[in-house]
Amino acid sequence: MELLKPAAALAFALALAAPASAQDRTGTLAKIDASGEIVIGHRESSVPFAYLDENQKPVGYSIDLCMKVVDAVSAELGKELSVKYVPVNPKTRIALMANGTIDLECGSTTNNLTRQEQVEYLPTTFITGTKLMVRKDSGISSVADLDGKAVALAQGTTNERAVKAAIKELGLDVKVLPVRDHAEGMLSLETDRVDVYATDHILLFGLIAKSKTPDAFAVVGDFLSFDPYALMVRRDDSAFELIGKKALAEVFRSGEINGIYAKWFDPLDVAQTDLLKAAFQLNALPE
Amino acid sequence: MNYNWNWGVLFEEEYLGWLISGLGWTFAVALAAWVLALAVGVLVGVGRTLPSRPVAALCTTYVELFRNVPLLVQLFLWYFVMPEIVPDDLGRWMKRDMPNPEYVTAVIGLGLYTASRVAEQVRAGINAVGPGLTSAAYANGFSTAQTYRYVLLPISFRLIVPPMTSEFLTIFKNSSLALTIGLLELTAQSQQIAEYTFQGFEAFTAATVIYVVIALGATVIAQTLEKYTRIPGFVGKG
Repeated sequence: MELLKPAAALAFALALAAPASAQDRTGTLAKIDASGEIVIGHRESSVPFAYLDENQKPVGYSIDLCMKVVDAVSAELGKELSVKYVPVNPKTRIALMANGTIDLECGSTTNNLTRQEQVEYLPTTFITGTKLMVRKDSGISSVADLDGKAVALAQGTTNERAVKAAIKELGLDVKVLPVRDHAEGMLSLETDRVDVYATDHILLFGLIAKSKTPDAFAVVGDFLSFDPYALMVRRDDSAFELIGKKALAEVFRSGEINGIYAKWFDPLDVAQTDLLKAAFQLNALPE
Repeated sequence: MNYNWNWGVLFEEEYLGWLISGLGWTFAVALAAWVLALAVGVLVGVGRTLPSRPVAALCTTYVELFRNVPLLVQLFLWYFVMPEIVPDDLGRWMKRDMPNPEYVTAVIGLGLYTASRVAEQVRAGINAVGPGLTSAAYANGFSTAQTYRYVLLPISFRLIVPPMTSEFLTIFKNSSLALTIGLLELTAQSQQIAEYTFQGFEAFTAATVIYVVIALGATVIAQTLEKYTRIPGFVGKG
């Protein structure tokens, strides 16, 4: 914190010098108001949450929900906003949010308490957990079968920690190959470099659907972790967070969420679980 | 910027251990690759200056190939594509049974890439000696081998010490690319610390400082070496 004192003092001085705006906005809202643009951090290969379509434009379930938030911010500020897209990955998303590069992260980010020391989350938009993807002929049906096998894990994900913890707990001898992203994890499995790739089960379905031989792979085992996804916003910025909460509550309350969900998940044949329905219900707060 | 700084995280036992192990891998990759780069680079560099057309052409091809494909792509090709194009049994061995496949791949990839850059320095050094001395050597009845052995190489190797220093520093920095094939060297370990603690700025600052210290250390060694290898009256006076 010592380092930030001069910066804070400068910001304070500037704030005093600047003419007070009509609403005295602070934080992210003030930043967006001043620049007229909102910066969205998005993932590039998290099907169907946020990925690049054939025109290299970010699309997906999380992007659609983010657009609802953007509309709400636009209505709040009473002006049209331009949207700037910045690609992020698991390693960069927290830092880019903390340092003010992006205002809203739309992807497949797990809301957990350690991360909340640096960032804040809007209400849960999806619930998943870690599972194992294997080749059907591998004979692996749960973590207990991993002894002597090789598993690929994406660096910097909650899944990496969940699988490592499970392996440790059972005292298994497993070779772990750290990979950069889902694409590389899938490649490692396809080329037989590893026997397993583990990540959020919903992303595994997406990977299998996109692979050349969808019938050769299966998702197995119990959930090794509880991963509620949420859109990420900056910490200690309740004004901006509230607009996001309101926008999502509106989407949940009106049932609009069902249409958006169906649009992205029906092709994957993944229905809303009771748990997810409950999460939507709980966050459909009254105005 | 609202970020909670916590420098203490770097000195917690587990994370400090990660940084140290990452540093170890960085040295292991960089030094082993450097040995490979020197050996191959000198051979190829000398080959490009030889009177024999086919040998020179072969060495030129090597340099152009390895120098013009980005290192990241080369590592990817070595790691993911190579095992698929060799015979099945060998490929399977490379993927499953080879000891430390990430390390070996990183050393080979980084070594052969840097070799092409070393080769260019060696060639430039030999050309810098000038045609006069070469002609003089031949006029004295030296064979080609003797000309290289007694005249060209002793002079040119001493000329190229300064540019080689940069290559030596570069190989340390390039070793960070090994994280893309799953080798947990210094940069990868700092990323991992960032992921576990969400104190990314501290972790990367630590990595930055360590890289700078390595670079300064290498520079000091190189300057000492330059002092002892400088040829009086020749180019390259410091």
